[in-house]
Order: sequence, then C-alpha cells, then structure tokens
Amino acid sequence: MAYTLHHPKWHRDSKPIFWWVMNWASIAFILRELTSVAVAYFAVLLILVYRALQLGPEAWAALVSMLANPTMIAFHVFALCTLLYHSITWFNLSPKAIVIRLGRWRIPDLLIAGGNYAAWIFISAVIAWAYVAS
Amino acid sequence: MPTNITLQVLRYLPEDGGEPAFQDYEVPLRADWVVLDALNHIKDHIDGTLSYRWSCRMGVCGSCGMMINGTPVLTCAAFLESFAPGPIRVEPLAHFPVVRDLVVEATDFVNKIKDVKPWIVRETEKPLSEGEFRQTPEELADFKQYTMCINCMLCYSACPVYGLEPGFTGPAALALAQRYNLDNRDQGNQERMDLLSNDEGIWSCTMVGECSEACPKGVDPAGAIQRYKLAGAADWWKSLITRKGK
Repeated sequence: MAYTLHHPKWHRDSKPIFWWVMNWASIAFILRELTSVAVAYFAVLLILVYRALQLGPEAWAALVSMLANPTMIAFHVFALCTLLYHSITWFNLSPKAIVIRLGRWRIPDLLIAGGNYAAWIFISAVIAWAYVAS
Repeated sequence: MPTNITLQVLRYLPEDGGEPAFQDYEVPLRADWVVLDALNHIKDHIDGTLSYRWSCRMGVCGSCGMMINGTPVLTCAAFLESFAPGPIRVEPLAHFPVVRDLVVEATDFVNKIKDVKPWIVRETEKPLSEGEFRQTPEELADFKQYTMCINCMLCYSACPVYGLEPGFTGPAALALAQRYNLDNRDQGNQERMDLLSNDEGIWSCTMVGECSEACPKGVDPAGAIQRYKLAGAADWWKSLITRKGK
C-alpha cells in the first residue's frame, strides 16, 4: 500500500531583502564582498592603462593627468586599501581550501597562507623589478 | 538576581488559521536549567499545548535546535542564566517550514543528506575473506571531524544562502559528502562530484562561514566546502584537458 505523506498547513517565512543588516557578522560579510568591486575596478584600470599606451603619448598624458587629480588619488588610495583587505582575507582563508600532505605530515595552515603571501610578494617584486629595469 | 525569567515563544497553531505570534511564559531562573528545561517546565506546568522536539537533552541527538534570540542553538546547551535578565526569544529553526509552534519540517534536509550518497561507495566490493579495510590514524584524522555531525540542522538555519535559495544542497550535506570523499576506503568521489559540482551544490556557497560558527560539534562545513570547491575546479580542468566532458 502506498504511503501518503501528511501535509499539514505549514508556515513559511521568506527572507527579508535586508537580512544582512540583522547582525554584525552578516554586515562584515557583505562589506567584505563589496571589496571585490575594487578588484574588478583595478582590472578595468589596467585595461585602460594598456589602451592609453597603445593609443600613443597624448592618450597616455591625458590618462596620467586625469589620475593625478587629488580626488582621483584619494579614491585610488581608498580602492587600494579595500583591495588589500580583500587580498589579505583571501590569503588568510586559503588554508581552509588547501590541505596538502607530505607522507604523514600535513603542511600547517601557517605555511600554506605563508606560501601564498610569498608568491604574492615574489610576483609583485618581479613586476616592480621589470618596471625599474625598463 | 531575579528568580524568574520570561520566555517569548513563537506559537503557530495551523488549525486556528492565524499567523505565528509570540506568547510570554514566566519560568523559574535556575542556575542548572537550560532553555529546554524551561520549555519542559512550560509543557508540564503552564501550557500543555506547546509543541517542540527534543530527545537526549545532552547534545547528541540534534533534535532540540531552535532560534534563541535570533541565533540557531541547541536548547539543551543554552543556559537560562546566560540570557539573564531576559526576555529570551524562542523561535523555530529559521529557513524551514514550520509545522506547529517550534516544530519544523525536515524532509528537505533529510533528502539532501540522502542525495550526497553518504555511504562508502566501492567500484568493486572486496570479498570478506580478504578481511577488513585498514586505516592509519592519519587517514582517519583526515575526515573524522566531519563524522561528528549530529544532523541538528543549525548550520542550515545559520546559512543565508540556504534561506535565499532553498535548492542549495547546504552545509551539513556537503560536509558529509566530504566525509566520504576523504575516507580512503571510499571510491565514490567522481559520482559525488558529478552530483555536487553545480549551481545548487558547492558553487552556491559564498563562504559566509556562519555554518561553522553555529555548529555545536566543532565541525567546519565552510572549510569542507572550500576544499570541495578546489577539488571541483581541479576536476573541471582535468575534464577540459582530457576532453572527458559531462
């Protein structure tokens, strides 16, 4: 005999659109998510810099003069801070995702995060060296 | 120190046809009482119509999870004194349909647990004559924390993604899938990956991390899912290179 599921009248609550303002943990999460906008922005800026270089000295000078504006400098300092916050929290979370064993030894979380930081610093140093050398 | 504390309990009586509403109960504020003791006191001495689930009252069965002042907790581990002077708001677990008062409908959760194939999958069974599967303490340590889950559903109430997208497989089920993926006796990794590497599976998780905060047994579902995502990304690259396709 088929079993008939009993369906009483259930009450369902829908999640309010501003669910994230209810507690500090959620607010911190949403703010951290918003810092990814700075990551996207710097990617777009890189494309604009590349395009200006391609278009020639006039386009490059126009871009540099626009970026030299005090409001733009203040904006970029703020964007850089949020970018750094995003990157640092990202690297700090990396041991959650990366678990590496060498035989019986599990590489400690500190080394995993440290490896990411070392790679970050190394790549930045190489780019800085290439810029200075040119 | 006051001698009583007020519990504001969300009541839902489907037969009345009304919306859920809070009802106040005053209970003795005893140092050795948890919220579950207070609910039992209400049921036994004040209002026998109050409905809620509980069983072991010692953090093992996972039945008595409720929202206490908006946070998902096991009521058997929530001492009244830590909420003094009160009042204490008691509500059913968030994100689940409410059947009555503090009782939620858990079928969706149970189905999701079942869907991740939470058992040891073998490509070929080993004959009994070959003996048991051996495992070193290190191999056990790889997945042991995920075996501590008691299916209390607190992580589902803490997870805003599950609240917004009920199709999400959810923290406990994904951590349980990882429990078997990381078990060296299991060979069902690919089967589970095919099931869970999608928009309703691991890729729905936005790493809020509240599931791991809410877990009363120290399981880290958020970590398990991030690890699973890395394996999922590696699997995708592998399928791209080997042109395996899906």
